[in-house]
Amino acid sequence: MSDIYHGTWFSSLTSRGWAAWLLAVILTAGYVILYWFPSIMGLGSDGAANTGLVGLFDPLSMYMKGRPASEWFVYGTLYTMAILVMGIRFLIRYRGSRYQTYRTLSVMFFQTSFAFILPEILQGLNKPYYDFKSIWPLNHYFFLDYNLDAMLQAGTLGYFMLFWGIAAFVLITPILTWFFGKRWYCSWVCGCGGLAETAGDPFRHLSDKSTTAWRIEKWVVYSVLVFVILMTVAVLTTRITGFRYIMLIDSGTLSAWYGFLIGAAFSGVVGVGFYPLLGSRVWCRFGCPMAAYLGILQTIKVRWPWSDEKKRLSKFRITTNGGQCISCGNCSTYCEMGIDVKAYAQQQQDIIRASCVGCGICSAVCPRGVLKLENM
Amino acid sequence: MAKVFFTASYVRVILYTFVIHLLTSSGKKMHIVIVGNGIAGSTAALKIREGGDHEITMISDESEFPFARTALMYVFMGQLKQRNTLLYEPHTWREKNINLFNGKVVRLNSHTKSIFMSSGKQIFYDKLIIATGSRPVMPDIPGTSLHGVQGLYHLADLQTLENTVRTEKGRAVIVGGGLIAVELAEMLLSRHIPVTMLVREKSYWANVLPPEESAMITAHIWSKGIEVIVNEEAVEILGSNGNVCGVRTKYSGEVIQCTLCGIAIGVSPNTDLVKNTNIHVSRGILVNEYLETSSEDIYAIGDCAELQNADPGRRTVEAVWYCARTMGHTIARTLCGERTSYTQGVWYNSAKFFDVEYQVYGEIPSEIPPSVHTMYWKHPKENKSIRINYDKSSGVVLGFNLMGIRYRSSVCLAWIIERAHISKVMKELSAANFDPEFSLRYEAELKSMYHTLL
Ligand SMILES: Cc1cc2nc3c(=O)[nH]c(=O)nc-3n(C[C@H](O)[C@H](O)[C@H](O)COP(=O)(O)OP(=O)(O)OC[C@H]3O[C@@H](n4cnc5c(N)ncnc54)[C@H](O)[C@@H]3O)c2cc1C
Ligand code: SF4
Ligand code: SF4
Repeated sequence: MSDIYHGTWFSSLTSRGWAAWLLAVILTAGYVILYWFPSIMGLGSDGAANTGLVGLFDPLSMYMKGRPASEWFVYGTLYTMAILVMGIRFLIRYRGSRYQTYRTLSVMFFQTSFAFILPEILQGLNKPYYDFKSIWPLNHYFFLDYNLDAMLQAGTLGYFMLFWGIAAFVLITPILTWFFGKRWYCSWVCGCGGLAETAGDPFRHLSDKSTTAWRIEKWVVYSVLVFVILMTVAVLTTRITGFRYIMLIDSGTLSAWYGFLIGAAFSGVVGVGFYPLLGSRVWCRFGCPMAAYLGILQTIKVRWPWSDEKKRLSKFRITTNGGQCISCGNCSTYCEMGIDVKAYAQQQQDIIRASCVGCGICSAVCPRGVLKLENM
Repeated sequence: MAKVFFTASYVRVILYTFVIHLLTSSGKKMHIVIVGNGIAGSTAALKIREGGDHEITMISDESEFPFARTALMYVFMGQLKQRNTLLYEPHTWREKNINLFNGKVVRLNSHTKSIFMSSGKQIFYDKLIIATGSRPVMPDIPGTSLHGVQGLYHLADLQTLENTVRTEKGRAVIVGGGLIAVELAEMLLSRHIPVTMLVREKSYWANVLPPEESAMITAHIWSKGIEVIVNEEAVEILGSNGNVCGVRTKYSGEVIQCTLCGIAIGVSPNTDLVKNTNIHVSRGILVNEYLETSSEDIYAIGDCAELQNADPGRRTVEAVWYCARTMGHTIARTLCGERTSYTQGVWYNSAKFFDVEYQVYGEIPSEIPPSVHTMYWKHPKENKSIRINYDKSSGVVLGFNLMGIRYRSSVCLAWIIERAHISKVMKELSAANFDPEFSLRYEAELKSMYHTLL
């Protein structure tokens, strides 16, 4: 496995050279157009037919749900294509490793079926658009009025969606994280993670490993979690009480700002647009409130009523193989979450970090077989 | 007035004496000077800091901040940047208040307890740790000083290699068949340079690996496109205009045309600093079990040290990473007041031959003695193998040799230390596996092999 990243720092595209900057500008511009100027892509406004790029996707959209493509349909299709094409590239590169093969097939499957085909079909059937694997707080609009209304008006299926959405957050996530760590979601299921692991693979080493970056990460990611909680509480309180100025500002404005700042600007423009400059997991590391929640579950220690000592809730950790580490630095360099894995390995300590998404790349690139992802 | 002055100066004298006492008495604050910032020196420095507030100075003529020599190949192959190979973040040294000093130490005077830098600067020490590492052995044949002939050890060697391959695109001949030889081969191949390897033994690393593993790896190196010439040595390196142009082999007498000649026939302890001193040297700087040299307050650790009393069956110079690191730990304990002896412990190591990982725990001699039973399993298609050696009469397990499979260090070492019986090891074998999740497991194959033996 350890020859996969030969030449990484020699290529302009993967070492922040001119090609990387060019790609970053193109990607970022693409997101800006998608979010704020979709007419440039050819989206027909006021009932006019689509042209240009969006027009190209009309036949597929008509086939899947019987209506012309929207800019989001185009985005969803391209996003899925990126995961599939780059996923195949990843599978070829990691063909010797079963862990890498299985989890890549898994993210390819969840993206294609749960995130792309199923929601589009639901929409075609005039049911609420729902990606069953997108869990609040990542799915920040789950509790927004329009989404709740859509579910409540959709009969049994709608109630199931509501129930599922809440259970996913309060039950499924803690239980699976308890057994497998954060990775069950971030490296096996999530669409953002899926793109990062496949299309983002050539850029994983660009993550910042400094302790300053770690400090910023902790502040920012938990702030976003607080933001989304406040926003959701405000919106729900407004729904129940009718009072709009819960947090001193209108809860509608609050959720709109969250959508703009976090949902669009952070996760899209910065998160993906800056892949070639900041690495593939900037959003997952600094911005994703779901990652923050999973990270807390991954590291938190609890004292169960029947035991005297605090035990870590999650069974997941990366163990190190005695004194075999030669401090080469491959693990830290290729950790997309910017974790200084080597610092732990050379002290023979287990790696238990909130941000670790369990991608297993550190273990794959280690030339001495020092690291093992385990559910103890 | 006079009385007041008298008392004041009296107090001052007492204070001064006290401070001087603090500074000089052992166990109190000392100036510890470490020559060499490799893994041995760096570990010593950090561990001494953990154990006390001595003044620590670490000197190197190679790099500003300590880095991993083991990662040199990855830098050359563009997989890592030089910065990625630093042992610790640069701010660590400032935070831990360890003085890093760049320059070459040229002379040592144990009577005045001082060392001299090439700049002429003199530095006094209370305790001196010599951790100067190794240097590549050059064969005693004509032509080794030609341009394009080099070993691979220091950072500077990497730069030399880079300069050579930028201008010369011809074949490379690597003299030697050990770990650094194969790393060098992989590095050159990554730059599309054709490589010939001259191996003195009958197959690659045959003086260390048992024949089956050695044959498997030899074939693997061939499969990467490297020409491995076995039972052969270089007798002369030929040059034209000061550049290497060929290597003449000893037995066939053939000349292999080349523009680069890598020397990888081993390393020897770098003992330059103690030349012309009263410190005893054999192959390396001789140390007792406390890592003390023959001169008081001077210690030697890492590759440059040679153990006077090595454990039976073990070499006196073990130039590997973890031994250097362990010596760093040990000396730190001693200097922080807890005199600790260095124990070699159970031997283990690991390496990589292109994409085949290698691990060894315990004793796996290249020639299996008659008193030892060896159980060797090889994957029918892939480059994976497991070897377990145990004593024929007592059944005590002696060692594990693994290719392409990872075993858990703590489990293997514990079995060897507690002299576990092979039947126990076989029963609990799955506990030893350290391969990534979902990897295929081969315990069943081994167990059935064991049962047919019974
Ligand atoms: C390419 C390569 C790959 C390797 N891979 C492995 C591996 O995979 N596993 C393994 O176990 N071992 C490996 N080794 C061996 C391992 O690197 C050494 O055992 C280890 O580095 C020894 O550490 P040390 O601190 O004793 O010495 P060194 O790392 O050699 O450090 C000594 C330092 O002291 C400096 N120095 C020497 N004299 C002076 C002086 N007079 N003044 C100032 N500074 C001085 C030197 O320049 C050097 O920087 C490898 C070695 C090489 C060269
Ligand atoms: S520590 Fe390893 S498994 Fe965790 S995110 Fe980093 S590379 Fe992936
Ligand atoms: S754990 Fe492996 S990859 Fe990381 S520094 Fe140690 S040897 Fe290198």
